[in-house]
Amino acid sequence: MECLKAEGVDVVFGLPGGANIPTYDALYDGGIRHILVRHEAGGGHAAEGYAKATGKVGVAFGTSGPGATNLVTPIMDAMMDSVPVVFITGQVRTDLLGTDGFQEADVIGITMPAVKHSIMIQHPTEIPRAVKEAFHIARTGRPGPVVLDIPTDLSKADIDYVPITDVRLPGYQPTTEGNVKQVRQAAKALAAARRPVIYAGGGVILADAGDELAAFCRADRFPVTTTLNGLGAYPAPDPQWLGMLGMHGTRTANYAMDEADLICCVGARFDDRITGKLSEFAPRAKFIHIDVDPAEISKNVPAHIPIVGDAKGILVKLKAEYDALGADPGRLSGWWQRIEGWQLKHPLGYEESEDTEIKPQRLIEAVYEATGGEAIITTDVGQHQMWAAQYYHYKRPRQWISSGGLGTMGFGLPAAMGAAVGCPEATVVCLTGDGSIQMNAQEFATCAQEAIPVKVIIANNGYLGMVRQWQELFWEKRYSSVDMGRFPDFVKLAEAYGCTGVRLTNKDTLVDDIRAAIATPGPVVVDVRVTREENTYPMIVPGEAARDMVG
Amino acid sequence: MGEPGVKEVLSLEDLESAGSVRSGRKHILSILVENKPGVLTRITSLFARRGFNIDTLSVGPTDDDHISRITITLDGANHPIDQVTKQLHKLVNVLKIRDLEPADAVSRELAMFKVTADGNQRAEVMQLCDIFRGKVIDVTKRSLVVEITGTVDKIEAFERNVRPFGLIEMMRTGEIAISRGRGET
Repeated sequence: MECLKAEGVDVVFGLPGGANIPTYDALYDGGIRHILVRHEAGGGHAAEGYAKATGKVGVAFGTSGPGATNLVTPIMDAMMDSVPVVFITGQVRTDLLGTDGFQEADVIGITMPAVKHSIMIQHPTEIPRAVKEAFHIARTGRPGPVVLDIPTDLSKADIDYVPITDVRLPGYQPTTEGNVKQVRQAAKALAAARRPVIYAGGGVILADAGDELAAFCRADRFPVTTTLNGLGAYPAPDPQWLGMLGMHGTRTANYAMDEADLICCVGARFDDRITGKLSEFAPRAKFIHIDVDPAEISKNVPAHIPIVGDAKGILVKLKAEYDALGADPGRLSGWWQRIEGWQLKHPLGYEESEDTEIKPQRLIEAVYEATGGEAIITTDVGQHQMWAAQYYHYKRPRQWISSGGLGTMGFGLPAAMGAAVGCPEATVVCLTGDGSIQMNAQEFATCAQEAIPVKVIIANNGYLGMVRQWQELFWEKRYSSVDMGRFPDFVKLAEAYGCTGVRLTNKDTLVDDIRAAIATPGPVVVDVRVTREENTYPMIVPGEAARDMVG
Repeated sequence: MGEPGVKEVLSLEDLESAGSVRSGRKHILSILVENKPGVLTRITSLFARRGFNIDTLSVGPTDDDHISRITITLDGANHPIDQVTKQLHKLVNVLKIRDLEPADAVSRELAMFKVTADGNQRAEVMQLCDIFRGKVIDVTKRSLVVEITGTVDKIEAFERNVRPFGLIEMMRTGEIAISRGRGET
């Protein structure tokens, strides 16, 4: 406990079991808040939501065996999205290790491909150093999940607590300072570019470099787009903002990438959902790639000017170098004419219903209006996630919390819980679908018991909507196992769990109804019946080039 | 260059990209790791996960008890070698990686061959063993075990020569390599 407090931990999400009772005994009067979740996966995602909302390291506890295997999804999720979380699992007694003991699982082995690092405790005196190093590794460099597996007999042992002040990790020395020559080279390339695009990702938010990114982009009229995880890195809406890019990004952002002569990538990783068909991606562009993880450079797209280091410091230096060059801003006016042409011709849009039916896109706009664009939004995965990315505008980092890389359904509610615990002053809204919410709906009980006032808004179309959309578009409308009917009754479910439940069906009163729901104290579940077969557009067809977007 | 108001710009056409290039040659990766449980698993599972194929692998202690050396050979024609080394560097227990150029390193492998050797064949096998500076380390009525140390080429040459006599089995350790000159590998 003392070790955790020394790392600044004030809250832990978890569920006790046989093998971690000693740890829970210490929690009993240890002075750290514990949120008792109903499933370890909920605890893991809550720790992620806490980390994403606050920038601090999240902590999740689970017991041995099934407790730990239930954490595998949040661990992998944190790995894919570089979320700093320390997972502490109980393990069977050391004399039972390797004997297939009750609730034994090789947690280190199972999680190996899903962790930034993992540590198995072999002796009680190792615990303080292991905790120190786990937090250090989780939060520095490219952040990520660290698993600490502690056999129950070792966590029981009484040791003298001696604070650890240093870390001894000779094999772990992340590069933070960008190479000065490379930064200068990048500034010169930007000054020469006629059709530049700044392509930013979640790395900017992890580096707390939102202000630096905005300042750099405004050093000239650089057009900016971000990835899904980068939403909020650049304040939207804004004249230089092109919208999100990628599979369901705006046509403007994707066309700009396609025609760019220079792409400056900051803390993003050229994922397949961004590039579309790799061989046709940005065919005319040269690439500047800024990333703290050297392994990302030239992994998918060869970088012409690689800069390894922390985005915050590099963006400051890059802006200074760029300013010193005194580039002519007029050279970008032709490029902006082209971009503005796309913006006029291809704005995001949808067909409004003729009756009172609620279009899912309208729902997101209504939430934006009702919250004044100020809420922390968490999402699950699927159509609603893309609409939430398109129709809500994120003005600051850490306002958008979503499962990007792994695409974990069931992430939204526990993540909202974690965010609300970490930011008690903020309005936290979980935008979800009727499919996703059921994957961790048990956490309604946690919200009710702990009085965590999350507002869950379900875009309920009775389908696994994104899969249905793909089946409609690419599988001749053969809707295989996507119809979820109208089950369960979410209003009754919410009430059973001790939350407030509301159902909305009328678009005319939507904004006011949502405003009222959000103003209701405590956890609220809003079941919004939306158009059943609405598609998420525009869309880069999988395996096709960005310029051939449909819809 | 030379456009009004734009000084010191650089022509985008002149930028050359680097990285992810398949070198087309054999690589010997000499990796120093912390001598801790599970380190080898972390390395081999990383190779499997990223789709890299290990040709040979050998692990042993170094002059420091806390540090082990893993020597891996792999084919640069099939893998972007910089991705391999960068991913390895991300493992916390990996201390140092050196991609040894064959010209700058001395490499050796040890192999043992169990060969059928009845009657008059025996002399021929032993003669071959002499030519390759090998050692006979076990003899029975109908077989010999020969130990050969050398470069991969030498071991493969011996294998080709001895196969017609009846190769019962062969074991190889995988290459290890040390850099030439005074500097540490």
